[in-house]
Amino acid sequence: MKKIILITVGMCVASSAFSGGYRVALQGQKALGMGHTGVAMTDSSEVVFFNPAGMVFLKNDMDISGGVTLIDSVTKYQNQSTNTAAETDNPIGTPISFYLSTKYNEKISYGVGIYTPYGNTVEWPTDWAGSHLVNNIELAAVYIQPTISYKFNDQYSVGFGPTYVIGSVDFNRNLSTSLVDENGDRSNVTIKGSGIDAWGYNIGFLAKPSEQFSVGVSYRSKVDMKARGESADFQNIPSSLQTTFPDTTFDANLVLPAELTLGISYNLNADTVLAFDFNRAFWGAYESLDVQFYNGAGLSSNPRNYKDANIYRFGVQHKLDDVMTIRGGIYFDESPIQDGYFAPETPRNDSIGFTAGASYYVTKNLELDASFLYLTFDEFNGSYDYYDQSGTIISFSGDYKSTVMAIGFGLNYKY
Amino acid sequence: MILMNNQIIKLAGLAIACAVISACDTDFDNPVGDKASSSGTADFSTFVTIGDSLTAGYADSALYLSGQESSYPSVLAAQFAKAGGGSFAQPLVSDNLGGLLFGGNPNPDFDNRLVLDAETESPEPIAGTPTTEVIGSGLNGMTFNNMGVPGAKSFHLAAPNYGDAAGLAGGTANPYFVRFASAAATTMIADAATQQPSFYVMWIGNNDVLSYATSGGIGADSCNPLVVICGSNDITDPVAFAGVYAGLVGAFTAANPDVKGVLVNIPDVSTIPHFTTVPYNPVPLDQATADALNSNPNYIAYNGGLQSAVGAVPGFTQEEADARTISFVAGQNAVVIDDESLTDLTGLGLPSMRQATAEDFIVLPAGAYIGTEDQNSVGTTPPAGLPWGIGTPLADSDVLIPSEILVINTARLAYNATIEAAADADDNLIFFDVAAIMETLSTEGIDYGTGFVGNTYVTGGAFSLDGVHPTARGYAVIANGMIDTINADFDASILRVDPGASTTVFFK
Repeated sequence: MKKIILITVGMCVASSAFSGGYRVALQGQKALGMGHTGVAMTDSSEVVFFNPAGMVFLKNDMDISGGVTLIDSVTKYQNQSTNTAAETDNPIGTPISFYLSTKYNEKISYGVGIYTPYGNTVEWPTDWAGSHLVNNIELAAVYIQPTISYKFNDQYSVGFGPTYVIGSVDFNRNLSTSLVDENGDRSNVTIKGSGIDAWGYNIGFLAKPSEQFSVGVSYRSKVDMKARGESADFQNIPSSLQTTFPDTTFDANLVLPAELTLGISYNLNADTVLAFDFNRAFWGAYESLDVQFYNGAGLSSNPRNYKDANIYRFGVQHKLDDVMTIRGGIYFDESPIQDGYFAPETPRNDSIGFTAGASYYVTKNLELDASFLYLTFDEFNGSYDYYDQSGTIISFSGDYKSTVMAIGFGLNYKY
Repeated sequence: MILMNNQIIKLAGLAIACAVISACDTDFDNPVGDKASSSGTADFSTFVTIGDSLTAGYADSALYLSGQESSYPSVLAAQFAKAGGGSFAQPLVSDNLGGLLFGGNPNPDFDNRLVLDAETESPEPIAGTPTTEVIGSGLNGMTFNNMGVPGAKSFHLAAPNYGDAAGLAGGTANPYFVRFASAAATTMIADAATQQPSFYVMWIGNNDVLSYATSGGIGADSCNPLVVICGSNDITDPVAFAGVYAGLVGAFTAANPDVKGVLVNIPDVSTIPHFTTVPYNPVPLDQATADALNSNPNYIAYNGGLQSAVGAVPGFTQEEADARTISFVAGQNAVVIDDESLTDLTGLGLPSMRQATAEDFIVLPAGAYIGTEDQNSVGTTPPAGLPWGIGTPLADSDVLIPSEILVINTARLAYNATIEAAADADDNLIFFDVAAIMETLSTEGIDYGTGFVGNTYVTGGAFSLDGVHPTARGYAVIANGMIDTINADFDASILRVDPGASTTVFFK
């Protein structure tokens, strides 16, 4: 039995949403190079995330991979009728992933994964046109997943890992489209919570019917994040409303939806692998963002009414020589947001991602991974038609254009 | 197989190339920031506006700095500046309080702007000592592009000495014009025309009916200011208005024969919160209180007297007797009002009172004292135990009755016909129907894409706390309407603004 390496990873989980909703699909450098495919790939410990069943098919006794991705995302907004324009000023996101897989025996492998599949950092200019919906938001969730994988035989395996999720939220928006104090400063609220935890699981199945061919299925469960008694800070409240809107606490639920992935990989020859993954994200679970305040603000109900959405991913990997491997991929990401529910805190419509990547063996055991993602969104005219201000529904509409670029670096150590 | 590998590499390369190429495509196809402005057939190089409080940017019962900066002329000038417009000077006040000083002394008639006290649910002047001096403001001797003077009526624009400090005490001068009149003897129209505007907006005539309306119909139904000195609440005779208006238009044309301009009409008073906020039946009563009121000896005597008077008093009908009968029920009750248009039965000891109907407009300030024994807006209190509107009729000044509304609208429609005809008669002038915008605000409201405004008091967002004047957001909506009209009629492309970027009401 191998020694379990003590895991110390600096958490730096601020990351921009750039997949449907607030899903952040950047869970492995090798996978990302191939369009973030991986449910049927078994070439690194990234499988802890992509398909726990794959761990037991890893060649080495110990496989550790970790990486960081730098994400730059920008969303632009404009309204043709009012000639308003705004642009997000999001900080560079830096999601990190860490995976470890080790063999217990020929049939069993175990390990752990730490990753950040959900998150959202969007910073609009303060008091911009949509400030009653969001000024800025930062959602983060760290998944910690101890995992075990079991091989029935050389063709079939399963894997399972419970996920312990720790999340935080920091969200500011103006209280209404108009409320100001006597100096004209906009009244706003910041809700902030951290250390919000919940449990879920990740389960997978892998089949290798032939040397060339792998088929995988994985399912990551829904996780219900429940913030209870976290802080709500009300700012620029007019003095005559201080008793109505004192600082208080809030309760809120945020769902991190379940995701099912089916995928195949095919070894074209000794050097070239093709992969295809189909993701279905069960966003239908995200019906409403309800925040219960314990002051005059009461229940803030923000219908979202997301729908389940699919992602189609294609990737190719080609080994150039004994030290260098290159990758490319493309994916088509359907937005879970329905007409009339396009809110600027997750301004994501359908997108196409182009990816590339490379790995280089620095030593016999250590591989350097790099990946690149460019995610392009069509210009999109959307509106949010469910903002209720004292009984009046106020619609917020405009054109949106988002672009995301990400560059990632990682190490993969095997022995 | 090698061939296939090469193809795959080519495909991967293509994907990367696509990414790199489309990486440049991070902007909108038509960014609003790239939109061009053009003046079309108009020339905005010298832009002047003339009018009353609505042109000055008055709101919340005061003229304050941020209100002036949000005035529709200021909004227009900023948009015109992108299409050849020149500088635009406004006679800015000194602070954001809005109160006026007369020789260093505050005046309760020109108090600070209103802010809403959420606890008492009523507007009150913001605290602070005003710094805007009327006499010797330092603004005299020059001219300003925005010639909006709160309180001005049509004929005031051509009245000499309207900006003469010596006339303040006698009421012939207006402190807002005293602040910035070029000279004591000048007229508003002279100060406007002397700038030889290339383009102007004139929105005048509101106060010719509005002061009558907001006073609850206290004032003469018609007064010709060219013949007599009219009271401040009198309605200006429409014939006199037409004569004055033609003179004002002519003054601009005389100063610059090529001048182009926008003539703006007068909105319906029934579209402003001052008259639409307090319902005719604001008094909730339970059965016991209703019974007690119905057994009030005064009302029993009054109701009985009405029935006896039928037939006894010539012209007094059973119908009127029934309409005047005071009766309370459990639930919402109409207020009791004074109505001088009723048949005069005071000789029989029967006051001219009745309960209001949906056809009556109760003025906004009355909402604060209906059902109380507080002072009303003219400073009187009801007899002890007989609160306003229930035990004691609301004063004439608290209510616009249908006959008064009819008088207002008759005059207003005559003014509007004059204004529209003046625009039609001159190819260089266009007509802007602001009354239609106010009507829309009072019915379905206006969705401007990033938000919504309506005329509901406080929450609607379009009207300031005085219930008469728009908020900065309301002024922006009006400016957008004007921009649309200018674009259409002068073949211009002036950019609309975002009303959502402007404030609505201020809370204490």
